[in-house]
Amino acid sequence: MIPLLKRAAVILAAASFAGALVFAMLDLPAPGVHLPAAVEANMAASGVAHPVTAVLLNFRGYDTLLEVGVLLLALLGVLAVGARATPPAPAPGEPVKRMFARLAAPLMVLVAVYLLWAGAIQPGGAFQAGAVLGAAAVLLHLTGILPGWGAPGLRLRAGLAAGFLIFLVVAGALLAQGAVLAYPPAQAGRLILLIEAGLTVSLGLILAGLFLALSRDSGDEA
Amino acid sequence: MSTSLAFDLLLAAALLWSAWRTLATPDIFRAAILFIVFGLLLTLAWARLAAPDIALAEAAIGAGLTGALLLDAVGALRARRDSAL
Repeated sequence: MIPLLKRAAVILAAASFAGALVFAMLDLPAPGVHLPAAVEANMAASGVAHPVTAVLLNFRGYDTLLEVGVLLLALLGVLAVGARATPPAPAPGEPVKRMFARLAAPLMVLVAVYLLWAGAIQPGGAFQAGAVLGAAAVLLHLTGILPGWGAPGLRLRAGLAAGFLIFLVVAGALLAQGAVLAYPPAQAGRLILLIEAGLTVSLGLILAGLFLALSRDSGDEA
Repeated sequence: MSTSLAFDLLLAAALLWSAWRTLATPDIFRAAILFIVFGLLLTLAWARLAAPDIALAEAAIGAGLTGALLLDAVGALRARRDSAL
């Protein structure tokens, strides 16, 4: 009887909270600033033709810079906790899966580069491209072609930090303009492409690293 | 009732159902698969909301990478349980 009462109380509380949330959402006042119009008005100065990329890398570049820093910190935390001295030998996968992974991985790299390039004019960009790169690395790891990370070497560490560092260097170099990440409109497109290229590589490595540093190979004592 | 509204209602119902099944199913392997299904349905929902950028990110990170990580965790848990037996 008591568990039933408890369950009823929880359901009632959750339902009334959900109802309050819906009511609050419906009751929201109209936004004071019409942001899509503001973005639309400044698209010519952004250096890209896709509004989402313009907001992420130009108008709100500061937020994106810190986001990438957070992702890098997350991976550093994982490496600090989960680093093993010696990476275990990868388990041999089945030949069909290995063949498929070998065929798919180059195509996935191609898709990543396409997404990076397409980000300037249509949906795409560094985050999606990095995710596809990371997924390719995970696929190779799951089929036993790519071993898990033990302690990452110097080149891997440089790759992990490169995107954030390039972003930081560009932000620092532009400080003389008087604002953080205020690109000169003439160079904005090239700077955004440079930053996004660095971010794609680093985000791919970071997302793959979250998997490869955490994952235990089959047969490995966890 | 127009076709797109019917599709949206079906999508919303499928999202709620898969979210519920993900949390309620006792088998963790099935829960991981249901989580991937939920992520793919959510991708469709973002696409229906005309947000292709978020749909791409959801498909790649939410469904793909997180799903693979969950499956890997299930595998590691099974390996540990088997070696304990």
